[in-house]
Amino acid sequence: MTWVNAVIQGLLLGGQYALIACGLSLTFGVMRIVNLAHGDLAVCGAYLGLVLSSSLGVPVWYVLPLLLPAAFGVGLVLQTLLFGRAMRHGVLAPVLVTFGLSVMIENLLQVAATSDPRGLAGGSLALASFRIGSHITVSWLFMTAFLTACAVLSGLQLLLSRTSWGRKVRATADDPDTARLVGIKVRAVFATVAGTAVATAALAGIFIGTIGTFDPLAGSSTLIFAFEAVVIGGIGSLWGTLVGGMALGVTQVVVGQVNQAYAVLAVHLLFLAVLAVRPAGLFASHQAAREVRGSGALG
Amino acid sequence: MSTAAPEPPLEVTGVDVFYGDFQALFGVSLAVTRGRATALVGANGAGKTTLLRTIAGAQAAASGSVRYAGSDLTAAPPHRRISRGIALVPEGRKLFGSLTVEENILVGAAAAASSDWPLDRIYGTFPMIARRRRQRASTLSGGEQQAVAIARALAAAPTLLLLDEISLGLAPRVVGELYQTLAELREAGATLLIVEQDLRRAMAACDDLVCLLEGRVVLAAPVPAVTREQVVAAYFGLRSREGRT
Repeated sequence: MTWVNAVIQGLLLGGQYALIACGLSLTFGVMRIVNLAHGDLAVCGAYLGLVLSSSLGVPVWYVLPLLLPAAFGVGLVLQTLLFGRAMRHGVLAPVLVTFGLSVMIENLLQVAATSDPRGLAGGSLALASFRIGSHITVSWLFMTAFLTACAVLSGLQLLLSRTSWGRKVRATADDPDTARLVGIKVRAVFATVAGTAVATAALAGIFIGTIGTFDPLAGSSTLIFAFEAVVIGGIGSLWGTLVGGMALGVTQVVVGQVNQAYAVLAVHLLFLAVLAVRPAGLFASHQAAREVRGSGALG
Repeated sequence: MSTAAPEPPLEVTGVDVFYGDFQALFGVSLAVTRGRATALVGANGAGKTTLLRTIAGAQAAASGSVRYAGSDLTAAPPHRRISRGIALVPEGRKLFGSLTVEENILVGAAAAASSDWPLDRIYGTFPMIARRRRQRASTLSGGEQQAVAIARALAAAPTLLLLDEISLGLAPRVVGELYQTLAELREAGATLLIVEQDLRRAMAACDDLVCLLEGRVVLAAPVPAVTREQVVAAYFGLRSREGRT
């Protein structure tokens, strides 16, 4: 029963990883840039949630209608002023720019909010739980995070496959030059994708803050897990990212059941193993798989 | 042939285009009259594709101007040119491989100039791709892909259609079908600018002919006014500038 419990808790934890990772997956899949500040933006979302909920005196869930559009706006501005410009200067420039942004955010947060760990008040939901059988207890908060992750990823997938916006995003991901040539406003597409990515990061940040604690440097470790979920799942596949996140979560909790000291190491070993056997990830789009093989041949 | 010559809808004047230090076009001027088909011919590297991409807005002109239907589009981005009625079928088709045939066509309508080309009219024009509408574009044969590439451009409801090497790598029968479709488009009033390697086919399908040699216009004339030999000479730069009218 402890193993079944470990798998269930692992899947729930994996949902959180997938929620953080989906924005990274989207930016990576569409713009081919790895946003190294993605984890820090999630942490910023948690701090903004803290400020808003404590100044308004309401549980953090009530500030989401303010927080998410603000995060979307931040994504638009970042893409337009920073990432978009960097992308025009080769593949290395976005890496340096997002790394620089990551360092800046972490240091600014330390100055503005000190290094003390903080948590978000999740209201009654944070303490509630339900039982499956007699041995397995599931936290409603974890369940909510998991269901939110599934809803966000499915919603994004539906938007991508069914809407005119999604069609433009996929066309741009396939071939940005031709997309521009057939009349797609590529910069506007990139900006909305970045906005969506930052909004999902902020939402993930709220769950990070309610489930555990966060501090100004929490973004980097968050980023590593998110990045691993994206790579395991396969670049350019949101479903893959969900599966990748769950694979990480289950590995972490199941190995932790044996020996807590090896839990995080096992996650990184899983990542290395997938990278060695299937470098394009488990569910990579054909396009992404080709690119990974192509760059492998060069490097 | 005709009475008073109407104002040309497309006027390219003195266009220079560079790729870094390399100059691809030298003071190229070109006029395409409404309702006519113009063949753009020349050897590999003569600048035909560059000229089409400059007209479509994919390539910036260092100097000179591109005017269409009375407005200066020299600095306009592609989506603005498309909404003014210019659409390009790029060399090598350049379909969005992970999108279905229908999605490719719908993407082409993103900045459409008008609603003159709804899906059913496009499928009526290209019955061979109507059957494949739900299939991924990358799974189609070369001829079908070329038809989708033309359909994607038509979805923008262009009044000027630029076609770059649509017969490349296709069986003669398929090329014949595509040119048949182009002839139908002409009858419906479209203005065409066609880059074509096959000189015989280009001269058969078009009213006017422009020949580029190393980035310069060396011959521009109505097709009936030139012989095949004159065009071949201009094509290879054998007789210097004699064929120019």
